[in-house]
Amino acid sequence: MSTPDVELTVKGHKRLERNITLLGLFTLLAVSVGGIVEIAPLFWIDNTIEKVDGMRPYTPLELAGRDIYIREGCYTCHSQMIRPFRDEVERYGHYSLAAESMYDHPFQWGSKRTGPDLARVGLRYSDAWHVQHLTDPRSVVPESVMPTYKFLADTDLHLADPAANLIAMKDVGVPYTKADIDRAAADLAAQANPDADAGDLQKRYPKSQIRDFDGQPQRLTEMDALVAYLQMLGTLVDVNSAAAQEKLATEKGR
Amino acid sequence: MQAEAALGRIGLWFLLLLGSIGVMLGAKDTPFAIQAGMIAALALVMVFMTASRFDPAGKARGFFHMPEGQSRYDDDPVRWATIATVFWGMAGFLAGLVIALQLAFPAYLNFEPYLNFGRLRPLHTSAVIFAFGGNALIATSFFVVQRTCRVRLAFPALARFVFWGYQLFIVLAASGYLLGITQSREYAEPEWYVDLWLTVVWVSYLAVFVATLLRRHEPHIYVANWFYLAFIVTVAMLHLVNNMAVPVSFLGSRSYSLFGGVQDALTQWWYGHNAVGFFLTAGFLAMMYYFVPKQAERPVYSYRLSIIHFWSLIFLYIWAGPHHLLYTALPDWAQTLGMVFSIMLWMPSWGGMINGLMTLNGAWDKVRTDPIIRMMVMALAFYGMSTFEGPMLSIKFFNSLSHYTDWTIGHVHSGALGWNGMITFACLYYLTPRLWKRSRMYSLRMINWHFWLASLGIVFYAGSMWVAGLTQGLMWREYGADGYLVNSFADTVAAIRPMYLMRAFGGTLYLAGAVVMTFNFIQTLRGKLREEAPMTETPYDPVADRPLTAVPAA
Repeated sequence: MSTPDVELTVKGHKRLERNITLLGLFTLLAVSVGGIVEIAPLFWIDNTIEKVDGMRPYTPLELAGRDIYIREGCYTCHSQMIRPFRDEVERYGHYSLAAESMYDHPFQWGSKRTGPDLARVGLRYSDAWHVQHLTDPRSVVPESVMPTYKFLADTDLHLADPAANLIAMKDVGVPYTKADIDRAAADLAAQANPDADAGDLQKRYPKSQIRDFDGQPQRLTEMDALVAYLQMLGTLVDVNSAAAQEKLATEKGR
Repeated sequence: MQAEAALGRIGLWFLLLLGSIGVMLGAKDTPFAIQAGMIAALALVMVFMTASRFDPAGKARGFFHMPEGQSRYDDDPVRWATIATVFWGMAGFLAGLVIALQLAFPAYLNFEPYLNFGRLRPLHTSAVIFAFGGNALIATSFFVVQRTCRVRLAFPALARFVFWGYQLFIVLAASGYLLGITQSREYAEPEWYVDLWLTVVWVSYLAVFVATLLRRHEPHIYVANWFYLAFIVTVAMLHLVNNMAVPVSFLGSRSYSLFGGVQDALTQWWYGHNAVGFFLTAGFLAMMYYFVPKQAERPVYSYRLSIIHFWSLIFLYIWAGPHHLLYTALPDWAQTLGMVFSIMLWMPSWGGMINGLMTLNGAWDKVRTDPIIRMMVMALAFYGMSTFEGPMLSIKFFNSLSHYTDWTIGHVHSGALGWNGMITFACLYYLTPRLWKRSRMYSLRMINWHFWLASLGIVFYAGSMWVAGLTQGLMWREYGADGYLVNSFADTVAAIRPMYLMRAFGGTLYLAGAVVMTFNFIQTLRGKLREEAPMTETPYDPVADRPLTAVPAA
């Protein structure tokens, strides 16, 4: 391309402009720094996620509901991240703690509130309200711009292998036990059926809610799963308990 | 020999056909089976196309009036990507208008389950960013790298694979959204198998681009290629890290992301912000660095500024991701770093804008006479505005008000419609007559109509979303004298409905502009020239144009 004499006179940045390998390497270097400095420490700095009592993995039914929440793109309009402002805390409840989404693969913090935040929507409304609202949002909130999700109540919940979902979650670090995985299919059916024998479901998943969610006791539908998920959001950690407050107050380094 | 090669190709397509039918039968969920069926259908079509004498590629080339014979440069992939840009642009804008109307008329325009807002919204964002923007980047990068290196594309077959493989990625992603296949990672929604496919395509893209640069006959690598290189390399890095996931089954669509909670959130927004930074900024700045000087027939304003611009922009952009997570459960130190770097990012962004605008020094009169230059200037002006607004919204004080509201949507669209849209339209108008060997576009006046329709559309869009965002943000935090919140959430939804209607009107104008462009594009391909008055008239006043004669004394 060019004679050696010319190469000798090429110095500094001009060398990059004539060498695609060098240019590519320096580019890669320049774009790597920011991510390494900002993201990597989150995996080993202790106070990224302060441990709180009450967090547990999702039950198979809640996880199935969460997958439906993702499938329908609920995150495009609903956040699950309450910011520490007076108005948000009064409207939605205690601000969200990092630990509350520690088993969320992927996270569902959201970026837009076309509808309200859902981080603590669990047990705020009745199951019947949720079913009615999902079936026809404007029948309970006239101003709502939400689409209808009637089909959820008509669609049987179908998972090829409920245990496989738990195994995949375990692979990415969620602490499901062997019993959880072995009983996944049974847990899935039992949580939405109060007449079935739930076994030790509530012991393995504390605060899990066992009942028929969609008003059709004879069927296990996608509506059951989604409502079960919505009804548990924000209910695991007792953020207002005296113990939690005390712990926050005596925390070191704050 | 030729027959044997054809037979070999048929065999490969047939194997793919059998394989995808197998996957379809063994699939764990219906959407995955449908996508496997789509691949099977594609393979079947390819078997027939290879087997018959019918030459569909040649037919299609005829349909799109592509010039006969070999061009001096390998422009075939550029032409295809240009057509795809126009097509996906229309699809993406239309999807955007539909979802805007869905928010204004929710009871009538949502069709569950496949056409609900939640499934169409990623379709819109992916269609405009990756289909419209991505094809514009493929078209221009292949065009620019050949001209600035004075060499034909390396690996011509691979270059064609990049184009067609990328279209397959788009179709799989888009149909997947409608079927409910999504990772819920904004702008990275496609699931694991589509991500793997895109990785193959992207590595091929890098190979074609870098190999062409290696074979260059110019000693110097032109600045536009730096930006294209940074775009391709960084998008590869972002794509690989952000999409790490464990599939539930290799015969099913669902996967769970490797990271969770806080780490997952920051990884995603590191990706999300730099999809803007490298896909929609670095790549499009490359377009600016080639096409603005070409159209203005002026050299780039400052060579030094372009060096500073390049390194500072790519170094700083990567840090800005956490500004999407201000006041969340992300640790404070990361939030503050993100905010500070976002503010710093203002400077290189404006450096780039200044370098583009000042290139017009000595050619400013063309803003009056050349509608393509006018579009470029408007694009740079919007780039400047949104890169000022972005750093401002990254400041915690502003972000506490703007986050979660439509202000963000307004900000994104002033960048996307104003900067990305306008610069792409300008490049399309530059490329089309040259690629199809026409003397000019069918109509210059229609470019002018497009300019005004698009500009007016953006004003309505951005204006209405600013008002909607401020209204909703202020209503959410409004307290009465009694110390209670004044508004229910539903009140704030009702309050911004007029703004949703205005936004849809702005979108209609923008889409109308694109329709005018599409018509202009088709007519140019057909070799038509519109008879029209020129954009400027020759100023002539016959009354004044005469010798002064002395008035004879009485």
